[in-house]
Amino acid sequence: MADSPNAAPRRVALIGNPNVGKTTLFNLLTGMRQKVGNYPGVTVERKVGVLDGDHPIEIIDLPGSYSLNPKSADERIAYDILMGHLADERIPDLVVCVVDASNIERNLYLVSQVMDTGLPTIVALNMMDAAEEAGLVTDVRKLQEELGLPVIPMVAARNEGVGKLKYRMRQEQLPPAAERKWEIMPVVDEGLPFLVDRLEEHVQPHGRRIEVLQCLTNDAMLAYWKDRAPDFHDAILEERRRLESLKAPYQQSEIMGRYNWISPVVARVVKRSKADGSVTVSDRIDAVLTHRFAGPVLFGLLLLVIFQAVFTWATPAMDLIEVGVGGLSELVRGAAPEGMATDLLVDGIIAGVGNVVIFLPQILLLFFFLGLMEDTGYMARSAFIMDRLMSRVGLSGGSVVPLLSSFACAIPGIMAARTLANPRDRLITIMVAPLMSCSARLPVYTLFIAAFLPTGTVLGIFTFQGVAMFSMYLLGTVMAFVAAFVLRRFVFNKGDSSFFAMELPPYRLPRMRQILWRMVDRSRAFVVRAGKIIFGMSIILWVLATFPMTDPPEALVAQQGSLEVTKAERVEGLLAGGVAREDAVALIDEQFAADVQAIDARIAAWQVERSFIGRLGHAIEPVMRPLGFDWKISAGIISAFAAREVIISALATIYSVGDVDEDSPLLREQLKADTYEDGSPVYTPLVAVSLLVFFVLALQCMSTLAIARRETNSWKWPAVMWLYMTGLAYLFSLIIYQGGQALGWG
Amino acid sequence: MTILDLKPGERARITGWATESPPSRLLEMGLLPGSDVELVRFAPLGDPIDIKIRGFHLSIRKSEAGLVDIETI
Repeated sequence: MADSPNAAPRRVALIGNPNVGKTTLFNLLTGMRQKVGNYPGVTVERKVGVLDGDHPIEIIDLPGSYSLNPKSADERIAYDILMGHLADERIPDLVVCVVDASNIERNLYLVSQVMDTGLPTIVALNMMDAAEEAGLVTDVRKLQEELGLPVIPMVAARNEGVGKLKYRMRQEQLPPAAERKWEIMPVVDEGLPFLVDRLEEHVQPHGRRIEVLQCLTNDAMLAYWKDRAPDFHDAILEERRRLESLKAPYQQSEIMGRYNWISPVVARVVKRSKADGSVTVSDRIDAVLTHRFAGPVLFGLLLLVIFQAVFTWATPAMDLIEVGVGGLSELVRGAAPEGMATDLLVDGIIAGVGNVVIFLPQILLLFFFLGLMEDTGYMARSAFIMDRLMSRVGLSGGSVVPLLSSFACAIPGIMAARTLANPRDRLITIMVAPLMSCSARLPVYTLFIAAFLPTGTVLGIFTFQGVAMFSMYLLGTVMAFVAAFVLRRFVFNKGDSSFFAMELPPYRLPRMRQILWRMVDRSRAFVVRAGKIIFGMSIILWVLATFPMTDPPEALVAQQGSLEVTKAERVEGLLAGGVAREDAVALIDEQFAADVQAIDARIAAWQVERSFIGRLGHAIEPVMRPLGFDWKISAGIISAFAAREVIISALATIYSVGDVDEDSPLLREQLKADTYEDGSPVYTPLVAVSLLVFFVLALQCMSTLAIARRETNSWKWPAVMWLYMTGLAYLFSLIIYQGGQALGWG
Repeated sequence: MTILDLKPGERARITGWATESPPSRLLEMGLLPGSDVELVRFAPLGDPIDIKIRGFHLSIRKSEAGLVDIETI
């Protein structure tokens, strides 16, 4: 392995438990030279970077793992890469195993597994400062002897010891291949040589034994060989039967064997200067933050602060982006010749990109807070506090943060679900996250609540409209829990019962660099990946709203013509009267401009009604009428698929009021004034409630679908998501509208 | 006796598991016969619990903690 061909750069794999500073080290080694993608076929993130130098070194950052006997897709990847099981991934020339010096015993478990792979290995003994604080003194030289591997002490967060690691990584002579140091119980051991031989043609010599051990206890690992090496596959099954008949605890034998080696090593290498039971700073913080009463209260307060920040701090930036996008549109409109290409550019592309970018401030802020929680170690505590509640509906404490993030936007929420180790918990969390009322629903709520729900107060202190707004959020949250419960009970009810095993790492001061890095990293992933799909959909929606093009009705064209005549006549009249005052002429101009705009808007409305979207609106009206929606609302709902708030601009076009936002009194009045042919109003409070509920429950957001597609790596789950949410929305709106009418509230 | 019979702050030694197939992740985390364990605290709602094992804090649910047999040291 040391003499890999000169053409290929040296390849180094970085592996370690979660929370040991592996990502920090990776960033230090590679700087900005990173490539982030996915492994083919799975959702696991693939991070590769380059360590510059005379001979650049390729560094692959393996997912954080407690064990090479994989329990999750993440850990599976780590193992498969070290073993060369992935077709497109070369076996690393060197492994750097990052170890938390303050938690050395459990960390050595993974090290012992890496050693079994027989790859040249360096141990990066990180967090020496935390170990010192905890009163642990590690004899590095002795550890090196015990492991038979180079050990480099470091504090990656302070960039200490990293230079030495770089030096070792660059050295032409690789460290010797690691060797197995531990022994398994004899009854298991005696069966191994035969099994190892069955892998002769399939696995490099050093890796055979660990592969056998994995397959002995792990069905998912064994399945890999079913077709590749059937005789090995069958031999393992045979061996399992033999061990079972002897009542040998072979399931635990590997773990026991490793710890039987590790514990004495740790006893020899680590000296404790403090008593084992002594109380650390972290323990004292925990006494408050996970206290029976103070814990939940403080967690609630923190969430309140995060919410407030995401909603209010993001607003100026979002306004700025809106103004910027608007300005850019006008600029392009002014500079480019009038025509279809310009329309597509402005109304399709610029508006579509704007729909993506507008969410960035909230996403950045949310990721900042999430990063803060993760980096300080508080994230694990929030799961600890909330687990009991969440387990009632079949989720775990880890789902709290992703779900709450979804109040700002389902996209970061769905991305935050990555922190869940259990794939089923993660999938359920992703599936229900879009039911949490995101900030894009807010403008829709604002418009319809302000326009159609009565003012006045409830219980003297709450405004009726405020209560209505709160109810929207409550409904979404309750439905998310119900959906999680149903999914857990009826869809994901197979497989072993999930259990919860979460490390509570010591608290530490947040490192801004790390947090900012992650914030930018994740936001970039959103813009790039989801952006592509949103961009495409925006263009499609523009086409639907623009074609087929129809000539404006003659009456309106004629009216436009007559306006010009009238204007000319009036100006002439003024001149003839000899009192040609400039302000009088300006007044006429102004009047003329307003009249032209009004007619333009009516022409646009006329054309939209005849466009594909208008026709679609008419086409689905029969289906939507039972919910109280006419063709205009239906068309609005279709266009809201791009993003929920688009319904406002769509309705504005249909009602020919030009550009507006949700606070526009003009649109509100237009909506109120609209009637059916028989003179009854289109919008009653009941229709408004029905529409509001529809928006709470329906999945009208292609960005969410795009990100769900990315995170689950299939179109199946986004499709299920869309269907069940739209079904729920339809059902609830139907019940509300029909029920309301039956009760005479129509 | 199991971990759940401890009071917060008490330590004991693990003697085994009251199940044929203990979750291997918990074994890998070091919850093995012979190792010492401390019940640190219960979560605010009573479940899960925070235990200290091999020098680090681990949160597990009562349903698993109740399967870990212990003896007093």
